[in-house]
Amino acid sequence: MTLHELTIAEAGERLRAREVSSSDLLEAALDRASRTEAQLHAYLTIDREGAREAARRADADLADGIDHGPLHGVPVALKDNMCTRGVETTASSQILAGYIPPYDATVTRKLKEAGAVIVGKTNLDEFAMGSSTENSAYGTSYNPWDIGRVPGGSSGGSAAAVAIGSAFAALGSDTGGSIRQPASLTGVVGLKPTYGTVSRYGLIAFASSLDQIGPLSRSVQDAALMLEAIWGHDPLDATSYSGSYPNPSAALDDGVSGLKVGVVKELAGEGYEPAVETAVSAMVDKLSDAGAAVVEVSLPTFDIALSAYYLIAPAEASANLARFDGVRYGHRGEGATTEKLMARTRAEGFGPEVTRRVLLGTYALSAGYYDAFYGQAQKVRSAIQEDFSRAYGSVDVLVSPTSPTVAFEAGARVDDPLAMYLSDICTIPSNLAGHPAISIPIGLDEQILPIGFQVMAPALGETVMFQVAATVESLAGFAERPVLEELAS
Amino acid sequence: MPIDIDIAHVARLARLDLTAEELDGYKTQLDVILDHATQVQSLEGDPREESAHPLGLVNAFREDERRPSLDRDEVLSQAPETKDGYFVVPPAMETE
Repeated sequence: MTLHELTIAEAGERLRAREVSSSDLLEAALDRASRTEAQLHAYLTIDREGAREAARRADADLADGIDHGPLHGVPVALKDNMCTRGVETTASSQILAGYIPPYDATVTRKLKEAGAVIVGKTNLDEFAMGSSTENSAYGTSYNPWDIGRVPGGSSGGSAAAVAIGSAFAALGSDTGGSIRQPASLTGVVGLKPTYGTVSRYGLIAFASSLDQIGPLSRSVQDAALMLEAIWGHDPLDATSYSGSYPNPSAALDDGVSGLKVGVVKELAGEGYEPAVETAVSAMVDKLSDAGAAVVEVSLPTFDIALSAYYLIAPAEASANLARFDGVRYGHRGEGATTEKLMARTRAEGFGPEVTRRVLLGTYALSAGYYDAFYGQAQKVRSAIQEDFSRAYGSVDVLVSPTSPTVAFEAGARVDDPLAMYLSDICTIPSNLAGHPAISIPIGLDEQILPIGFQVMAPALGETVMFQVAATVESLAGFAERPVLEELAS
Repeated sequence: MPIDIDIAHVARLARLDLTAEELDGYKTQLDVILDHATQVQSLEGDPREESAHPLGLVNAFREDERRPSLDRDEVLSQAPETKDGYFVVPPAMETE
C-alpha cells in the first residue's frame, strides 16, 4: 500500500516505528495533489511552505521524544471557511477574495497543537451553501470516481482530497449535511458531531444554530481520532458544551450484539435510487445477522424537515452575512454613501445562491411574515426533536441512506434550486435536532459510484454511534479507492 | 396561501443593489421555494415552543478577565481603507 492510501492510525504506527517521517507523508500528499488537482480542483490554496515547515517540526519533535498524539505529523486539509492566520481564507466567495485572517479558528489551533500538518484549504460551495461545490466562486471540484460528476457539497473539496489521497483526513462543516453528503458521494467517512461539542470560533458562520465542524476521513477510527483532537469546551464560542464528553474510541470493537437499530421509514421510497436502497437494506440485514435487533421506526415530521430547514438556515444566514459590507475586510464596491457602498459591495461580492438565500432569509424574518415562516419553522424543529426523542425511547441508533442518490453529473441540478436542496433530505433532521450522525461507505453501484450509509444517534451519543459505525465499516469491507488517470508530477 | 413577494423591498432590507432583471429572476425562484416552505404550516398536534439550543444551554458566562485582543495593525491591514487607526467609509447621508 502506498503512503497516500494509509489511514491516520496506520501512518501513526509507521511514524513511531521510524519507518517514515512526517515529511515523507506530506510529500506523498503533495505529490498526489500535483498529479490530481488539474482534474479535481479539491484545493483553493496549498500551503507547501507552511506545511513543509510544520512537517519538519513534527519530525524534530518526535526525534526529541515529544509526541503530540495520534495526529502528530499527519497531513490534513481544512475547508476554506475555517480561519487560518496568515493563510488566505475565502469561504469560496468573491467578497472575501484575498482575505488573510488575523487569527486561527479554534479547530485550526487545536489541530496545530495536536501536531497535525495543515496541507491547505479546500474548495466549498460559497459560504457552505450548496450540495455540489458548483456554487464556489473559484470553480467546481470534481468527483475522483468520475470527473464528470460533482463530489457533493458543500465540503466537496475536503471529500475529494481525502478520497484521492492529497490529505490523510480533512475538516468540513455540516449545516444540513455538508460533511456527510460529500463523504457519501466520494466513498469516505464523514461525521457531524453533536451541536456545541466542536467550537465554531473562527468558522465563517452560515447558520449558527445548525453549523457544526467535523472530520472526513478514510476510516471510522480516523474520524474518532480527529474528533477527539478538535472537540471540547471553548469559552470563545458561547454555544460550546461544557459538560462531560463521550468516548468515541471506547467501543469501536464491541460489535452490535444486543443493540437496537431503527430503520427510518420516511427516508426511503420515491426519489431514492434503487441501488442505494438495495445497498442500505443489505447492510441492515447484515447488522441483524451480527446480532442487532432491527425495527422500522416512523418519524413523520421528517417529511417537513426540509421545508423548515430552508427557512431557518437562510434566515440565520441573512443575519450572519450582514457583516460582509465592504467596511472592515474583503471586497469593496463603489458608492456615494455608506449604504450605497454596502449594497453595491454585496451585489458584486455574493454569488447567485448566496444572494438567493439572503433574500429568502430576509423575507422570512421580515415584519408580517415572521410567525408564518421562521417562527413556524422553529416549532417544526421542536416537533422533529420530539419525534427523535420518541424513537430513541426504543432504539439506540437510527439508520438510513446518507444521500438518496449517488454522485450526480456536474450541471444537472444547478438551474433547479429545489432539486439541489433535495440532496440533503436524509441529513437535515440531525442538524435540526443538534444530534450526531455519521456516513460510512458501504459499496459501489453499477456505475462504480460510492453509496453511503448513515448512522444517527441522540445528542452526545457518539460512543454508541461510533460502535455501530465501526461495525458497519467492518461488515461492508469497503476497500475500493477511486482510479483516476493521473498526470505526471 | 399564494406567495407574492415585494422583492425590491426585500432586496433593500438586505442591502443588495440588484438590477430589475435580477430581481425578477430571484422573485420567480423564491416563489417556488416559499411555496414548498409553506409545508411547515401543516404541522399537526399540540402547539409547541420554538426550539433553542439542542442541549438546553441557556446562558454562557465566563470570568471577567483581561486578555489580549487581536493585533490592531493586523486587523486593519485587511480593511479596504483606513486612516489613523480607523475604518474609512463615505458619508452616511447624501451630501449634494
